[in-house]
Amino acid sequence: MPLDPAFIGRSYPPSQPYDVSREKIREFADAIGATSPAYRDADAAKALGHGDVIAPPTFAIVVSMKTNETVMFDPELELDYSRVVHGDQNFTHHRPITAGDQLVSTTHIDAITSRMGNDMVTVRTEISTVGGEPVTTAKSMLVVRGEDA
Amino acid sequence: MSAAVSTEVGTELPALSVRLKRDDLVRYAGASLDFNPIHWNERTAREVGLPDVIAHGMLTMAVASRIVAEWIGDPGAIVEYGCRFGRPVVVPDDGEGALVEVTAKVTKAFDDGTVKVNINAAFDGKSVLTGAFARVRVS
Repeated sequence: MPLDPAFIGRSYPPSQPYDVSREKIREFADAIGATSPAYRDADAAKALGHGDVIAPPTFAIVVSMKTNETVMFDPELELDYSRVVHGDQNFTHHRPITAGDQLVSTTHIDAITSRMGNDMVTVRTEISTVGGEPVTTAKSMLVVRGEDA
Repeated sequence: MSAAVSTEVGTELPALSVRLKRDDLVRYAGASLDFNPIHWNERTAREVGLPDVIAHGMLTMAVASRIVAEWIGDPGAIVEYGCRFGRPVVVPDDGEGALVEVTAKVTKAFDDGTVKVNINAAFDGKSVLTGAFARVRVS
C-alpha cells in the first residue's frame, strides 16, 4: 500500500539529548579507519580551532538514525521497515559535532513520492545543541520497496 | 585550515584504497549502532535476495570521506557531504573482503570560500556511490 502523502510536513518531537563523548568519536573513527588527529587528540583539534575532538563527517548518522526510527516505527505511517533501503544521504554541518556537545534532534518528513511501485520518503533531521545552536542538518531518502518491485 | 595543499579547481586528491572485510562490518555495526543483519549474516542477506553480506552504505560513505579529510587536514572543513547509494559492496567471508577504491577531484569554487570535491568510490570496477560530493571550506 502506498504511503499517505498527508504525512508530508509532519514533524516529530525533539529527541532526548545525545551526549557526544571523545570515546564514541574515537570508536567511530576506528571503525571507518580514519586516522585524523582531530578525531582523537584534543590538542590537535584545538590547534585547528575546534573546542575539543571533532567527529567524522558521517558521525551524525548515529544521532539522526535514532530519531529516524521514530518515523520508521510511527504506527500511523504504516511503513514496512523490512522493505526499507537507504537511497541517499546528505549532511550539512553548520559546525563540526564536537566532544562534549549535548545534541537534540527534530525530524521532519519533507517529501513522500511514489515511482514504479516504490515509495520514497525524504526525512530531514535538524540536530542542534540543547541550547538551540544549529549543528547539523541530516537528510535521508529512504526507499520503501513495493511488494512487486 | 590547512593551506598546505592545492585547492584549485582541477586538483586531483591522493587516491585511497580501502579493503573492507567482515570484521570491519561488525566493527562499524557496533560503532554506528546499525545492526541490520544483512551486514553480517549471510543467511539473512540471501533471504532478501542479495548475493552475500553487503557493507553498510553508510560505511562506504564514511570510508570515502577519508579521501577529503586526509587531503585537507582539518576534517572540520567539510561543511557538506552527500551521496546516493548506487550499488552494494559485497563482502565475502574469504579473508580478502572487498576493495573500495576512492578518487576525488576539486570541480568548483564558490564565492563563500568553499570548493566542491566530486568523489568516486568504486568496487569491482563499478561506481558504488552516485553523485558523491563534499563541499570544503578552504579560506
